[in-house]
Amino acid sequence: MAPDSESGFSRREVLATAGGAAAIAGLAHGAVLAQEAPKGKIAWRGPSAGKVRLKINGTERTVNVEPRTTLLDALRDHLDLTGSKRVCDRGACGACTVWIEGRPQNACLLLAIEVEGVPITTIEGLGTPERLHPVQEAFCQEDALQCGFCTPGMVMSCVALLKSNPKPSSQETREAIAGNLCRCGTYPNVLSAVERVARGGK
Amino acid sequence: MSELRLGFPGNEKKVEVPASDGPAPWDLGTQLDVVGGDHPRLEAPLKVSGRARYSYDIRFPNLIYARLLGSPHAHAKVRKLDLSKAKAYPGVLYAEDLTRGGTVRYAGQAVAGLAAISEEVLADALSLIEVDYEVLPHVVSVEAALAKGAPTVKGRGGNAGRARVRGRKKRVEAAHKAADVVVDATYRTQVQTHSCLETHGCVAKWSGDQLTVWASTQGTFSVRRSIARALRIPGKNVRVITEHMGGGFGSKFGADVWDVFCCKAAKATKRPCRLMLDRAEEHLAGNRPDSIQRCKFSAKKDGTLLGAEVRSLGTGGVGGGAGVFNPGIYSFQATYSEHRDVATHASRARAFRAPRHPQGVFALEGMLDELAEKIGIDPLALRLKNDPHPVRQAQWKRGAKEIGWSRRKASGSGTGPLKRGFGLAGARWKHNGRPGSVVLVRISRDGTVEVRNGAQDIGSGARTLMATLVAEELGLQPSQIEVHLGDTRDPVGPASGGSTTSPSIAPPTREAAYEAKKALLAQAARALGVPADEAKGWGLRAGKLTGAKKALPFAKVCALLQTETVEASGRGEGSDFRLPRFAREVAGCQFAEVEVDVELGTVRVLKVVAVQDCGTVVNALTARSQINGAVIQGVSYALFEERLLDPGSGRQLNPGLLGYKILGSLDLPEIVSIPMSVANGITSTGVSSLGEPPAIPTAGAIANAVANAIGARVRSLPITPDKVLAALAAGEEEK
Repeated sequence: MAPDSESGFSRREVLATAGGAAAIAGLAHGAVLAQEAPKGKIAWRGPSAGKVRLKINGTERTVNVEPRTTLLDALRDHLDLTGSKRVCDRGACGACTVWIEGRPQNACLLLAIEVEGVPITTIEGLGTPERLHPVQEAFCQEDALQCGFCTPGMVMSCVALLKSNPKPSSQETREAIAGNLCRCGTYPNVLSAVERVARGGK
Repeated sequence: MSELRLGFPGNEKKVEVPASDGPAPWDLGTQLDVVGGDHPRLEAPLKVSGRARYSYDIRFPNLIYARLLGSPHAHAKVRKLDLSKAKAYPGVLYAEDLTRGGTVRYAGQAVAGLAAISEEVLADALSLIEVDYEVLPHVVSVEAALAKGAPTVKGRGGNAGRARVRGRKKRVEAAHKAADVVVDATYRTQVQTHSCLETHGCVAKWSGDQLTVWASTQGTFSVRRSIARALRIPGKNVRVITEHMGGGFGSKFGADVWDVFCCKAAKATKRPCRLMLDRAEEHLAGNRPDSIQRCKFSAKKDGTLLGAEVRSLGTGGVGGGAGVFNPGIYSFQATYSEHRDVATHASRARAFRAPRHPQGVFALEGMLDELAEKIGIDPLALRLKNDPHPVRQAQWKRGAKEIGWSRRKASGSGTGPLKRGFGLAGARWKHNGRPGSVVLVRISRDGTVEVRNGAQDIGSGARTLMATLVAEELGLQPSQIEVHLGDTRDPVGPASGGSTTSPSIAPPTREAAYEAKKALLAQAARALGVPADEAKGWGLRAGKLTGAKKALPFAKVCALLQTETVEASGRGEGSDFRLPRFAREVAGCQFAEVEVDVELGTVRVLKVVAVQDCGTVVNALTARSQINGAVIQGVSYALFEERLLDPGSGRQLNPGLLGYKILGSLDLPEIVSIPMSVANGITSTGVSSLGEPPAIPTAGAIANAVANAIGARVRSLPITPDKVLAALAAGEEEK
């Protein structure tokens, strides 16, 4: 869905013709990227949309995005992977938590082009409603969700924790989900769910 | 006539009710199989796997995106708005000037809207909209709005609204005169924003003159009505779908300016369109108003409450809706209250989980503790002496035992820099079930059971609640019932406001299941050649037919159906909502234990015990979750949250989740949630309101615990370290 393909002319042509400080301010991000890209080493990209190869849940997918498009928006709006949620869009809430090479990170703070070719795991790569991951199953049993909007991010943080620390203390779990905000107040049940898995219970 | 046993173990009341041909009301003597158990949410697997589609997640191949441009000024006249450059920007498909009347009255108020092929194009094009503002003076605080010569927010007249008066001044003054102890103090509360994780907005898609809206709402039918009205089209042409929604808390009832714009953009471009607010905009889409409460309470030496006098102010910004629930709960000899809404150049308040109550109860319970301190009576004893509610009387005792109230020491008596304290507070709410909802239950020959209603699940677990009620009636497990919610093509249901959903939807759900069961058993009897009279005693329990010669399994009973399905609608009308009640109000109370660092001023909430009357507890698992959640929001309100508006610019200084603090896992106290089943006889199910009442007492209980810990009182929310240290310093001076 590149703007160029629909309008028939490129973004830079518009800049040149429309001019004006406002237009330049609006495109500042792309322009800076273009200036700072070390020539020769990396192929020059942007500010228009271009192809980016993403390795998601073990499958290579190609998206046509602008350099400023976040990984989160690429996942949600270009790949229809809507399990990662856009809540604060500023790395404050963890609802977009994905794993980059197995480590939890906020997809809203990463650009899609930054993680080209790097293994990415999203909530969709963890378990399906029919075959849930044990942590997801524990979330269901302990009712570690209400509206459920923070839940995918919460699950991603908890599974990552249990991978590196199979028997976390309650304090360690609290620290692992300190970056995941929940407005309904599911934290106590999230702690119980992690504890249930750590105990080996179902 | 039949007899109902109402109340709770330890306090039972027998009531005569006329016999009805509907399902017999549940009471203390009813044996329930699945109601009251722990049942995981039916939609949980979808939500934990990221497969649940919220409105924000609805996508189409040719989806376009919309956003609004907000005013940077808190008060300004729009002289000129030029959309031409934005419209000419490649990828922009639709633009609209939204400056109705030409004046903006709060920072962030929408002045224009754009729709484009991508979010990136939108971001660029919004900066190309040229607006010429004539900036006018503004006021964003109650004090500034009441100052002499302050700019007026709404046309002529001052910013203070008319006083809402309750009670008689003379009577309360007489009560004060007869008192041994009088306390006079001013309490303040802050503006709290809903901070729903899924922001407000929708996806709109037209097909001819038929509009489908996937809305993030707590009122599918109210959105349908308001969109139809705004677009001047018949309601029947609008279908609203809310399969899952990411939090509302009172801020998402009708269609807003952004929803209407989204529908218009979709219509003009003939493409589906999505408009979801960003986080800064979400903070503008509703809030809990602030309050300044001047209170004068009096009592006798023996702890008998006499007079309660409250004069309050509060701002709902350019809207109304401020006000406090104070006084209340307790039996005062005389009360008088006077409230004025004050208009400011700030975004409009909206209902927020128990509107008026948490702020009022914070002051009310603080005043009671101040009286107790002055009299020298235990705060718990003061409540027990003056609380008229039979349920809360039991709850106070239960909660006190659970928190270990006997460990409470005299206020400020601890040694060392870390001081412990205990506090308590109560709550009341109404049994808010309302008639008018319709639920469809359909049993198919293949043994499947389907339940349909058009209302949404705000996160309370409405689906599972309905499944549990149907399962109870049909002798099945909740997981065997398929519930479809959140589509206005299905029968009408309630908006989730006032904690009405469960109590309103439960009676028609049970009635529909009861009627469908009757129809199923009648057909089965006919198929088996059993006379109707003989089949009268048949029932369904534990997955089997009961009362018949052969205990056929449920699926075999269904296989006897001559028609493809049997269906029944429950209306929950008429006498169902007018049954005698055990107590007129829903009761709750909470206890808090805190630790305060008197050198740093920091407060840690260690434990909260919440005892909450739920009417009939249908699903104990989700009931506990809802109480947990209310308590957590209450702790967050008590210690962290505050919308800060810059007096100079009128803009919000903390318009995101980095600056607007909500409680995270590291600040989580231990919470003991005790849902209490009370057979209240309000409907055939006795299900009552639960979403809001436990959100009421938390801040009051914490504030009282802090005062007990440090021996000085913080009369302002949130209780931040600077306020704790200031209260301690003021206490030192008094000595």
